[in-house]
Amino acid sequence: MIPHDETMMLKTPFYSRCLAACEINMWEDWKGYTTPQAYTSVEQEYFAVRSNTGVFDISPMIKYRFTGPDAGAYLNRLVTRDIRKIGVGRVAYTIWCDDNGQVMDDGTIFHLAENDYRLCAYARCLDWLMWSAEGFDVTIVDETADVAALAVQGPTSCAIFKNMGFEGIENLKPFGLTRFPFEGSEVMISRTGFTGDLGYEIWVDPALAETFWDRLFEAGKHREIRPIGGYALDMLRTEAGFIQAGVDFIPAEESIRTGRSRSPFELGLGWLVSFDKPVFNGRKALLKEKKEGSHYAFVYLDVEGNKPAEHAFIYDGNKEVGTVTTAAWCPTAKTNVAFAQVNAKYGKPGQELVAEIYYERELKWTRVMAKCTVIEGVVFNPPRKRQTPAPDF
Amino acid sequence: MIDLDKSYDVIVVGGGHNGLICATYLAKSGRKVLVVEANQSLGGASATSEFSDQFSVSSCAHWLFQLNPDVASDMGLNKQGLEFAARDLNTIALAEDGNHLIIDGDKLEGAGISDEDRAAFIAFNKQILKFSKLLSGAFNRRAPKLVEGNLTDRITLAKLGLGMKMLGKTDMSDLMRLALINIYDVMEENFDNDLLKAAISLDSLLGSHMGPRSPNTVYGYLYRRMGDIYGFNGPAVVKGGMGAVGEAMAKAARATGVDIEVGTAVSKINIDVDRATGVTLADGRVVDAGLVVSNADPKTTFNKLVGLTNIETGIARRVKSVRMKGDAAKLHIALDSLPNFTGLSEQQMGQRLLIAPTMNYIEKAFNHSKYGEYSTAPAMDISIPTIHDASLAPAGKHVMSVIVQFAPYELKGGWNDENEEAFKRLVIDRIADYAPDLKNKIIASELLTPADLEERFHMQGGHWHHGEISLDQILTMRPFPGASQYGTSVDGLFLCGAGTHPGGGVMGLAGHNAAKEIIKRGKSA
Repeated sequence: MIPHDETMMLKTPFYSRCLAACEINMWEDWKGYTTPQAYTSVEQEYFAVRSNTGVFDISPMIKYRFTGPDAGAYLNRLVTRDIRKIGVGRVAYTIWCDDNGQVMDDGTIFHLAENDYRLCAYARCLDWLMWSAEGFDVTIVDETADVAALAVQGPTSCAIFKNMGFEGIENLKPFGLTRFPFEGSEVMISRTGFTGDLGYEIWVDPALAETFWDRLFEAGKHREIRPIGGYALDMLRTEAGFIQAGVDFIPAEESIRTGRSRSPFELGLGWLVSFDKPVFNGRKALLKEKKEGSHYAFVYLDVEGNKPAEHAFIYDGNKEVGTVTTAAWCPTAKTNVAFAQVNAKYGKPGQELVAEIYYERELKWTRVMAKCTVIEGVVFNPPRKRQTPAPDF
Repeated sequence: MIDLDKSYDVIVVGGGHNGLICATYLAKSGRKVLVVEANQSLGGASATSEFSDQFSVSSCAHWLFQLNPDVASDMGLNKQGLEFAARDLNTIALAEDGNHLIIDGDKLEGAGISDEDRAAFIAFNKQILKFSKLLSGAFNRRAPKLVEGNLTDRITLAKLGLGMKMLGKTDMSDLMRLALINIYDVMEENFDNDLLKAAISLDSLLGSHMGPRSPNTVYGYLYRRMGDIYGFNGPAVVKGGMGAVGEAMAKAARATGVDIEVGTAVSKINIDVDRATGVTLADGRVVDAGLVVSNADPKTTFNKLVGLTNIETGIARRVKSVRMKGDAAKLHIALDSLPNFTGLSEQQMGQRLLIAPTMNYIEKAFNHSKYGEYSTAPAMDISIPTIHDASLAPAGKHVMSVIVQFAPYELKGGWNDENEEAFKRLVIDRIADYAPDLKNKIIASELLTPADLEERFHMQGGHWHHGEISLDQILTMRPFPGASQYGTSVDGLFLCGAGTHPGGGVMGLAGHNAAKEIIKRGKSA
């Protein structure tokens, strides 16, 4: 029996620090780990990332390690991007598909060293990875619990790292990774993130996790560093135009009903599919889809008014043409953004559609038919995200 | 021989009987076809080999009982010299006391068989053959896909559905009920005689990894009885051994212009990302062709020749999941003279002899193999072909060929000289229970375990059907979904072996259907 003061939830290596900082006791289950939804106030946490630095514990992210002479070839067959183009010390965002060309998940691949890669994923997929390994000389390890990780995001993040003594961190390019000595061991820092801002992710031995947190917050205390929870991150990623597995698409292996999964083209991720490489999962189906056309399109909408178009139906005149998967008022871009899946023939940039929004105020429900415009690109895309050397704020 | 100046339309990998049949039909359609066979002899598991000086035997399949007559006639096998030394043989289920059961078509003799069993057997045969006849309508064409609504497939499905309706209410519900249960229960429903029940049970599972109580055995029996639909009223002995079938087919193939290269292994099927482009031979030569047709089993084709790294994960997973671990060994014995089987005349010794006294005997024999052991009291199917065909042995001498069920492919600790010898001795002892003077007459013997059959006939798992014949691996699920209808996920790569619909057994329909499909697809193949 589990004692009454314990739960079945797993704790991340930063748990003690998250617990101390989580003033409002809002926790959620992230793949079995208990993690804060918010520490103090969602808006404050959101603005920490846009104005200063926010710290998000990403330790629960599923992490797989691939080593061996065929590791690169293995990943190249697994995912849609051409892994041969990802050099050592680089990181790539990618998706991977099943044989039907339906997206199973998205994530990032870290080329750590020659024949040594890490894949960060939303969902556990070890069975699929093992099936995919047939015929390859590759060793696959689930190292989710073996690596502690934090996202350190916001304009002052680079300055804070410099404060910690990570000299030259400003020269790290977006999607690059580097290492610094830390407490007799080392910390790996990649210039990656899920907020669309200048920011980094750090990867460290769980034994050093609490020390790292303490040193980070000490170095950042004059730059208004603060921990952020899942709610703030959701606003940030929406503003930055990042889709999320399980929210904006159903991972193919989790979908039960036919027609509910989506191809890369149907998620606006065709740019991640490389047909100039050897066979990869989904290749045949995707070539066919490219030739014959897709069923759906994924669009970004600028919605009139300030009511988030959550779960809204999308109309073209009186005809229902799609539904919203993610919606939020974006405070910095000052735009009411929605992501929607619509029938393939809709969604040309500039096209006007209508979102049917329901919202509730003190038990009174109101319906708004809000005009919305299909927009190209993301609404928040500051130069500091790309600048190298990273600017000092 | 390979003519490197010729640009081949089709390369068939493997000169087994299905490969030769497929090649012949394709050549007749005007295509330039090359067959490449690793062994020196053609016909695949339909083979004759000399296992001891001047003693030859059918080294894998030893009866011919399912060869499709349309295929035989299209190939002109009679004209090419295929002869039967005997046909429509009886099956004799041996009893240690000599009171054997003789199964002669519908007729039963001996073993104290009751009139009730005699009558029940006639009714049973009638119903089973109705079912097999119905199935045969789906055997000589590609397996219908269920979801795509293709007209050809719909016609096949409609034919099957209508055929089931036409069986009448009783037979239809019987078929639907029986197909999913096991032969043990069906036997218990129908008969009293132990030898009869065991003989039918053995027929339902020979070559497979199943016991009488395993599901799928009823389908296995319907499959076996397809021979009756194809005009065999019992097994036949081929003159010169089963290798003569392969030779006749090779002659037929050559006569239509097929080039055949023997003694040359294909090491790789070449793929240019999306399409098969030809093959690389073991000696390094590369031969290009518009299409590659693999007569090899699905695992050999994808694991070894294509490479699992060159196909998508979903297909690799399906290949890996195909169940094809053989559970039958072959024992070949060179005999100084005919042994005396208790209670059998010489004429009767030339029939098909079974050692399977009861269904529980078979089930217990299967128990061993379930746990990676060979059976200590195996069931057997025995042929003494020299009674009908003296050419296989020196004058006055004989050979005995035995299918020994159950000897698992994956024996615990692996097969080695020691356990092969022990198993061989045990099998001979068991036969000697029925033929007491057998051991004095043995000149030489050879045991082929499933591992040996795998090596000799290049069939993964040593499974002569290239994959278990069971409901989860038939029709559109044979060899696996995504490779049914003979095409594969690799454009330009087709399968034509026993691993495809309808299955193996020197029937020839897999090769026939594959050729028809390729011809039908024409340029888009």
